Amino acid sequence: MVAQRLVLGLLLIIAVSLILFLSVELLPGDLAEEILGQGATPETVAAFRRELGLDLPPHERYINWLFGMLQGDMGTSLANKRPIAELVGARFGNTLFLATYAAVIAVPLALTLGVLAALYRNGIYDRIVNIVTLTSISSPEFFVAYILILFFSVKFGWLPSIANLGDEHGFAERVYRLTLPAVTLTLVVVAHMMRMTRAAIINLLASPYIEMASLKGISKTRIIVHHALPNAWAPIINVIVINLAYLIVGVVVVEFVFVYPGLGQLMVDSVSKRDLPVVQASGMVFAGVYILLNLSADVAAILTNPRLLHPK
Amino acid sequence: MSKIKELENLYTQGKLSRRSFLAATTALGVTAAAVPGLGIAPARAAKKGGRLRYGSAHGSTTDSLDPATYENGYTMAVNYSIQNHMGEVDANGAIQPELAQSWEASPDAKKWVFKLRKGVEFHNGKSLEAEDVLASVAHHQGKDTKSPAKSLLKQVKSIKADGKDTIVVELEAGNADFPYIMSDYHIAIKPSKDGKINPTDGIGTGGYVLEKFDPGVRTTFKRNPNYFKSDRANFDEVELISIIDVAARQNALTTGEVDAADRIDLKTVHLLKRKPGINVMETVGFKHYTFPMRTDTAPYDNNDIRLALKYLLKRDEMVKKVLRGHGVAGNDHPISPSNQYHAKDLAQRGYDPDKAKFHLKKAGASNLKVQLSAADAAYPGAVDAAVLYQASAAAAGVEIEVVREPNDGYWSNVWMKKAWGACYWGGRPTEDWMFTTAYAAGGSWNDTFWKHGRFNELLVAARAELDVAKRRTMYYEMQEIVSNDGGVVVPMFANYVFAASDKVAQPSKLAGNWDVDGMKFAERWWFA
Repeated sequence: MVAQRLVLGLLLIIAVSLILFLSVELLPGDLAEEILGQGATPETVAAFRRELGLDLPPHERYINWLFGMLQGDMGTSLANKRPIAELVGARFGNTLFLATYAAVIAVPLALTLGVLAALYRNGIYDRIVNIVTLTSISSPEFFVAYILILFFSVKFGWLPSIANLGDEHGFAERVYRLTLPAVTLTLVVVAHMMRMTRAAIINLLASPYIEMASLKGISKTRIIVHHALPNAWAPIINVIVINLAYLIVGVVVVEFVFVYPGLGQLMVDSVSKRDLPVVQASGMVFAGVYILLNLSADVAAILTNPRLLHPK
Repeated sequence: MSKIKELENLYTQGKLSRRSFLAATTALGVTAAAVPGLGIAPARAAKKGGRLRYGSAHGSTTDSLDPATYENGYTMAVNYSIQNHMGEVDANGAIQPELAQSWEASPDAKKWVFKLRKGVEFHNGKSLEAEDVLASVAHHQGKDTKSPAKSLLKQVKSIKADGKDTIVVELEAGNADFPYIMSDYHIAIKPSKDGKINPTDGIGTGGYVLEKFDPGVRTTFKRNPNYFKSDRANFDEVELISIIDVAARQNALTTGEVDAADRIDLKTVHLLKRKPGINVMETVGFKHYTFPMRTDTAPYDNNDIRLALKYLLKRDEMVKKVLRGHGVAGNDHPISPSNQYHAKDLAQRGYDPDKAKFHLKKAGASNLKVQLSAADAAYPGAVDAAVLYQASAAAAGVEIEVVREPNDGYWSNVWMKKAWGACYWGGRPTEDWMFTTAYAAGGSWNDTFWKHGRFNELLVAARAELDVAKRRTMYYEMQEIVSNDGGVVVPMFANYVFAASDKVAQPSKLAGNWDVDGMKFAERWWFA
């Protein structure tokens, strides 16, 4: 089954690449015009196109690209001739680092808050947690980011306002400089996971086996952690994975505000300059991440669910 | 404004004390802040050392080191850090020899001889020779070049080396400003190998050696120990960081993450000025914002319509609201008050609905309805400016429909395509260059598609004229022609506004040919 999903995933990725290619083709202008900007003249644009091979018909360019890709050659950026594998690889590493950092804070936090909210549901704690997390998820990311910058960098001066990192920065420095972006992302994703944890657990609390457990006099905490939670994992894992995927593919605004060189920024730059091979490669990476994470969510849901693990 | 320039020149030459300069300018109703360089203490000796971190509003992952693709503020800063040109524009807007030792023109300005500076070395150890200049220029010529400098170099009939350090250029027609053209920022001098340069190797003769170029992110440089200008390139290291978001850039400056930043948000500049330790600077350059009309398209083919529209905008209001006072009103021609031959006696055109009505009646278009395309890609605040225009034009019964265009693809799909739109020009250091680029008949960037017999005659005559007084008369007349007949509405000239920490020191006068001291801050500034 996993093999079948992988093959389907691969076909999906190729479909995504075709859609990306066609959408960028539909955008007005091409790389030669965008790079030369106001300085473009028909002559220089034509020369630039010849140099880049942009004078070929679109289907030839797509097929050339696809063959290269299938042979593991992502090609070079049209704009600055840098190998795309290197370009995308470094940026993807940065994106993963930030996503992992945010996830390490957000996932345990959301689970703990969710379990506690289920435990003390409808109480004052539950309401406060709900209000705070829903407020932070309802505010646009850049707004959350600016508020954090205002207090933690401008007013108190504890943390840097931009995550400007280079090769010379070690792990500790990276973690320090990425604290504000990671906290921003945490504030944005925590509500979704927390609410799902709370809802899934509360949903189960009405079921007969939980009533049985409480009739037996087992403590509330033990009921939730030992009896309800194992059966609630499947929906929670799904939501966690969706949020992880979001942390990887949807953080371009945060990258922008904190000047962090992630893959999202690369893709936006490349779309605006019509650097198709880079757009394609970034799109492939994003689509691949989504497909793999979804697959792993399903596998994890099976592994954590006793009934699915031992079918009759 | 010219009176101020005069005072300013006296001041910078030390012929006028700071106190009397201030008194004189105040009498003229100008604040010191409007004059570049005055907010800063007079010249101090430059010190070496430190790492300058600079936040740039530009920079994209698609940037390249190839001089033919330099287009934005970021690539220009890289360019001026690692490479030199034949000449450089100084703080007074005059061209000074840089890699050239000197140059000389024949009496008809058709033949130019450039003598190269001796003992200049590229970062890779190669000595600068005439062949390097030839190869660097050739990169911008010929059928296969994508360089915007190609059209500038069309006037070159032949360019030859005469020995190792002399270059002889023959032009199709005389050009008294040719050293400016040879020093265009695209034409960076790079080492040649077998008659060709490697455009993306990042090697030049400049004050800094390129360490790492990460497009759209950051670029790092180390000082070139063999730099031929011993009093320049004072930082040990320079780091250029691309911070597109204006709030992030200003935060980075106020929290000390960067030492200097460009493109300060005019809406909040008064707040930034209040911050201790931040030095906000402003230069009057050549940058101007325009509304070009296609004079080959109805109704703009009728000069009465063009004149009517020129009378219908409130220039002072635009300077106040769009530029927040950081600029000066334009007079419908592209020559800035900072240009040498600016026609200071040409009457400033103001808002006059009655005159507009007169011209509309003459054109038989009393109920004129027109569309004006605008997007903030043309310049920040272009849409606001168009809406202000719409409001002030309504007084004469002219209905302007503001068409908001997408920023994306603005230069390829709207500019020079739509009959009337918004545009900006970084401006050019010489009158001839500006006029030839955007006003000469048949020019690639003649965005008004304007053809005027007398203007084009004068353009050619003034170009070859080496006599300053005669040139001045000609350029004055040309500005008048453009203002009264041209297809362009020039509402305003925008100042360059940038800021640095007070730990960074600058020369007493900053260049205005480009943003941030002519984009040569890395070479000209130092840590106090």
